[in-house]
Amino acid sequence: MRKRWLKGERFVTLLLLLPSVIAVSVFVYGFIGWTGYVSMSNWNQLLPDYTFVGLRNFFKLFAHPRFQIDLKNLAVFTALFLTGALSIGFLLAVLLDRKIRAEGLFRTIYLYPMSLSFIVTGVVWRWLMNPGSPQMGSTGINLLLEKIGLGFLKSGWYTDPRVGIKAVAVAAVWQMSGYVMAMYLAGLRGIPETLREAARVDGASEWQVYRYVILPLLRPITLGAIIILGHISLKIYDLIVAMTGPGPGFSSDVPAYFMWETAFHANRFAQGAAIAVILLLMVSLLIVPYLIFSVRREAEV
Amino acid sequence: MRVGKRIPWQRVLLYLVLLGFASFYLMPVYVLVVTSLKSFAEVNLYRMWDLPHSFSLESFRKALLGGFGFTGLAHNFVNSFYVAIPATLASAFLGSLNGYVLSKWRFRGSNTLFTLLLFGMFIPYQSILIPLVQTLMKLGLYGSIPGLILAHTVYGIPITTLIFRNYYATVPRELVEAARIDGAGVLGVYTRIMLPVSMPGFVVVMIWQFTSIWNDFLFAVTIAQNPAVQPVTVALNNLAGSYIVEWNVQMAGALMAALPTLLVYIFLGRYFMRGLLAGSLKG
Repeated sequence: MRKRWLKGERFVTLLLLLPSVIAVSVFVYGFIGWTGYVSMSNWNQLLPDYTFVGLRNFFKLFAHPRFQIDLKNLAVFTALFLTGALSIGFLLAVLLDRKIRAEGLFRTIYLYPMSLSFIVTGVVWRWLMNPGSPQMGSTGINLLLEKIGLGFLKSGWYTDPRVGIKAVAVAAVWQMSGYVMAMYLAGLRGIPETLREAARVDGASEWQVYRYVILPLLRPITLGAIIILGHISLKIYDLIVAMTGPGPGFSSDVPAYFMWETAFHANRFAQGAAIAVILLLMVSLLIVPYLIFSVRREAEV
Repeated sequence: MRVGKRIPWQRVLLYLVLLGFASFYLMPVYVLVVTSLKSFAEVNLYRMWDLPHSFSLESFRKALLGGFGFTGLAHNFVNSFYVAIPATLASAFLGSLNGYVLSKWRFRGSNTLFTLLLFGMFIPYQSILIPLVQTLMKLGLYGSIPGLILAHTVYGIPITTLIFRNYYATVPRELVEAARIDGAGVLGVYTRIMLPVSMPGFVVVMIWQFTSIWNDFLFAVTIAQNPAVQPVTVALNNLAGSYIVEWNVQMAGALMAALPTLLVYIFLGRYFMRGLLAGSLKG
């Protein structure tokens, strides 16, 4: 009797999960498999053609100059975006953790860009980084730099192929560094004051307290932030669309942008799917170990 | 023992640095607001940092209702609400069911299932976009608002499940046990114990979902290209990419597209933060 009752409950719990499990199996795993299949097909025109061609699309992709530029841009963007957001975020958290008056107001100001869409950010920063012209004068940030006497910092921003994607990274850091600050601040508040006191009593300088006590304790947060920012960085698309597009000489092009254009503008679906597969592999390399590690560690506790 | 009126230089410097950063973060909003309040006659790229001489709401009117050669964003706002509200509610509800089962009714393999669900929140959506378009076409939902709602609901399940699972984990076991002794089953525990305490969880999840769906561009531009169903992000991107549209109108459009999520953030910031931190897998 008792056993059957339990069985019935088990059945109900599975029933509750069923809609989501089916939806995610189909829309995530099924579709990924489908995309993988498309990437090895001959579907490079409007109408589907699932003739199997092996890895041909991938070979073509890696031989494509634009894709090589994209991978390099993505590496530059990720490096700048991560170091920028992590260091500014950490600095702001440390500064705000010093019993600041109006801390809430500062926090609100530093974090609000997170609530905006990358499209809004892109539209505004495109105007801010509009360099103006030597004949007519500077505009945007260049104009501001001139006004405050930092004219030597002027740049062509995204119109200069040597800057390109780095200009986009500035806007991305503007948008996401507050998020890192919020994570670190939550972490700092979790460290008991007694630990710092103990280190100070042992004669540690304020710098040493941060270097040898605080930073090691914040390591899980740093790791989490790297994972979150890293996967956002690999997927960056909206910001590029709204701010620069592929830019002069593809200087601000990235794989996610190339994929969309290839599949949905040029109707080269198999080629686009191949880019998508590479993107997915890059993100998985970053995410899967972290996911398994976090869920397992939590299960042990 | 008063030390007199020594100026605490370190504190002054600290506040100066904080203010410096604040102006960096506020700079784009300054340009947005100042420019959108300028009239067409006054808009000048070389004076973009100057305050407006006169106060004009003309740019907002044009951004909403359109002008010569372009349509306004008014109906795109409506579209965005039509997409965001149902998809937010549906994904929050599903996430709450999943979170409940995965936190209070664990079974063998439930952690693996949870990991597999979570993976869906990190994937680059480019890797499912081609099949998604094909499927929506077959279902007759391509280029429609219901199609967009379906996509946002399904791809919202991982994050809503994560937030609810962490939230329900804080509900004491004893409460669940007590209800079970009183004869409540799986659904009884959910409706009598979990749902009544779920309000904060729902607020966090719904803010998170509303914000990300409102701000979405990739699904919108892929599934809803047709101007009649375009959400505001896509329409704004088109507006800003058009050379006919005056700069102050673009800024007014961007400001208005940002406003709903910005207001949510300003008034419900505490819950917004909780969603953010939950997104990093730390409950």
